[in-house]
Amino acid sequence: MTECFLVFALAIALGWPLGRYLAAVMRGAPMRGDRLFGAVERPLYRLLGIDPAQGMGWKAYAAAFLASNLLVGALTWIVFMTQAWLPLNPNDAPNLRWDLALHTMVSFLTNTNQQHYSGQAQLSHLAQMTGIVGLQVVTPMMGLALLAATLRGLFGGRVAAGAAAPGGEADVGNYWADVIRPTVRVLLPLCLVASLALTWQGVPSTLQGGPVAVPIDAAAGMPAQKIPVGPVAPMVAVKQLGSNGGGWYGPNSAVPLENPTPLSNLLEMLAIVLIPVAITFMVGAFTGRRRLTALVFGTMLTMSLASAGAALWSESLSGTSGDVALMEGKEVRFGAAPSALWAAVTTQTSNGSVDAMHDSMAPLTGLVTIADMLINAIWGGIGCGLQQFLVYLLLGVFVAGLMTGRTPELFGRKIEAREVKLLAALVLLQPLVLLVFTAITLALPSIAGTSNPSFHGISQVFYEYTSAYANNGSGFEGLGDATPWWNLSTTLVLLLGRYPALIVPLAIAASLARKRVAPEGPGTLQVETPTFALTLIALVLILTLLQFMPVLVLGPIADHLALRAL
Amino acid sequence: MNTSAANPNLWRASLALALITLLGFGLSYSLLATGAGRLLFPVQAAGSLLERDGRVIGSALVAQPFADDRYFRPRPSAANYDAMALSGSNQARTNPDLRARIDAARAAVAAREGVTPADVPGDLLTASGSGIDPHLSPAAVRIQIARVARARGWPVAEVERLVAAQLEAPQGGCWGRRASTCWR
Repeated sequence: MTECFLVFALAIALGWPLGRYLAAVMRGAPMRGDRLFGAVERPLYRLLGIDPAQGMGWKAYAAAFLASNLLVGALTWIVFMTQAWLPLNPNDAPNLRWDLALHTMVSFLTNTNQQHYSGQAQLSHLAQMTGIVGLQVVTPMMGLALLAATLRGLFGGRVAAGAAAPGGEADVGNYWADVIRPTVRVLLPLCLVASLALTWQGVPSTLQGGPVAVPIDAAAGMPAQKIPVGPVAPMVAVKQLGSNGGGWYGPNSAVPLENPTPLSNLLEMLAIVLIPVAITFMVGAFTGRRRLTALVFGTMLTMSLASAGAALWSESLSGTSGDVALMEGKEVRFGAAPSALWAAVTTQTSNGSVDAMHDSMAPLTGLVTIADMLINAIWGGIGCGLQQFLVYLLLGVFVAGLMTGRTPELFGRKIEAREVKLLAALVLLQPLVLLVFTAITLALPSIAGTSNPSFHGISQVFYEYTSAYANNGSGFEGLGDATPWWNLSTTLVLLLGRYPALIVPLAIAASLARKRVAPEGPGTLQVETPTFALTLIALVLILTLLQFMPVLVLGPIADHLALRAL
Repeated sequence: MNTSAANPNLWRASLALALITLLGFGLSYSLLATGAGRLLFPVQAAGSLLERDGRVIGSALVAQPFADDRYFRPRPSAANYDAMALSGSNQARTNPDLRARIDAARAAVAAREGVTPADVPGDLLTASGSGIDPHLSPAAVRIQIARVARARGWPVAEVERLVAAQLEAPQGGCWGRRASTCWR
């Protein structure tokens, strides 16, 4: 309980100033530190050969996003497949097989960090420091950039000195500057501080591969124990802060070397929620509508507390908390309640790091984590969480407009057939992808690779695809997922979960930006009110239940009933 | 709208950003943070290693297996305490194999420590998430004291005193559970 209070109180207290700072960074406003940060940024812009002040239309912006993803992905894929021949490989990790390398690359490129490999044994220090950490730094900032562009579009585009971008499209900003500015001014400085704090608590920070220890009791039958170390702390810092989640070690932050103390656990949990919470404060300052922050923050906090409360209750207070198996998959230095809280916040924020094995948690805790990922907008990942929230917001306005018989409009701009069609396609993509892939995999037991029998096996498969589509990355890790089927099918799901979810809201915003603004009158639907926030929460719940109730009953709910019957 | 006209440097900028990502945001940041960490906290940075007679005998953050009665036993490990193969069991609560394993462990621990099966704490019966959890709950240490004292021929009070000295207080006085590094 203390942890729960501390995590939320600290995230809100620090997220408020951080969000306002983020807004200034994304607006390109003059600020203290311009000389220092400018000295870092200017050479980068020169290397890119771009003018950071140049505006872009939404299509150019999206093209830059996709092209930069393609090249950084290709480069990373090559590193993974050639790491054995490259330097800084003290533990002699072999090259990754092409399909595992592809899945790993796409998984980190989509800010998911689903892992079908174990880092301590299968990646070289160089691969971790360049491919893994590089993507963990840049992909959340790409998500943030897309959000900034979408918000600019929603309010008619940037009114910079140059006015509209070429081609008559609304100017939604400069993609390159939107990625580089927050990376240099926000994420990397935060990561440096977090990395040092984690090393202080015991997370390794060295270029060596680690010694082979000679254990104390020779009678126990283990003549040698390799202690895997490396530049772990910088990676864990950005893993937690950047809604990434992929750990240095296979079992992630459950490993004492990755998360050594209750204090490091608290810091890592705070790092999970910090930037996603800050973004809700950024939104108001960035758009100049404080009440928008109130709507976003209030809605997300309500859902977050409900989900965290449900996980805490299920894992540490309900009838199943007396189970002798309670500590299976958990670490003694954390215990049940902090592990449950972590499970809730890591799935709310599209982070996906874990400090206990979700596979071994109570079935209803599993239900909470799956529901968090299906909604994927309770804070959500950096940038993508707000994009998903905007999708729900537009749907909410549309549905409320239908119910009250008014033309649906958001911020004075009419939502018409084109926008609703795009929204519908995006919303329907989720059940289509998740249910079809889950059904195919379950129909072929030889490829499913489930490690637990019965209903929990269904949960394992559904969890894996849900996590991939939500770009979360956590898993019911007993699943035998390092196979070509799992690597390739989840690669596709990862891509489908990332790019449409970021680009479609931008396209809708750009389409709205071209419309005339109708002044708000007494007949206008007020969205920034508690009534509408509750309507929105109801819509999110109903939508999720309508689409996924059957599979949730077959998976975690049946699993819970089976546990009760034991 | 012509996308390439609006983005005259699309591919050059993309390639440059890819290189900056891997070498700048990735490698340079990692090297900087690693160097600073080593400088400020050399012991932790190296992996909290423990040495005896100039030889590394383990890490304070990695559990080891023990068989001799003179030592405290750590929690069960799904990875056989292999720090390169780290893993939890990932068995579901409804998995019959998990129940069978817990029942077998309960009988074995109760017989070894001379306590009733109901008195064996859960953390001694369940595999940790990492496979190398170096901590035990105070109760899980306590039931092993009598056996260790007997095997070493030490007074029970002496072992209890040593255990009390190893007990880690909750951090900051408010969060975290009391836990003990067990394996020395």
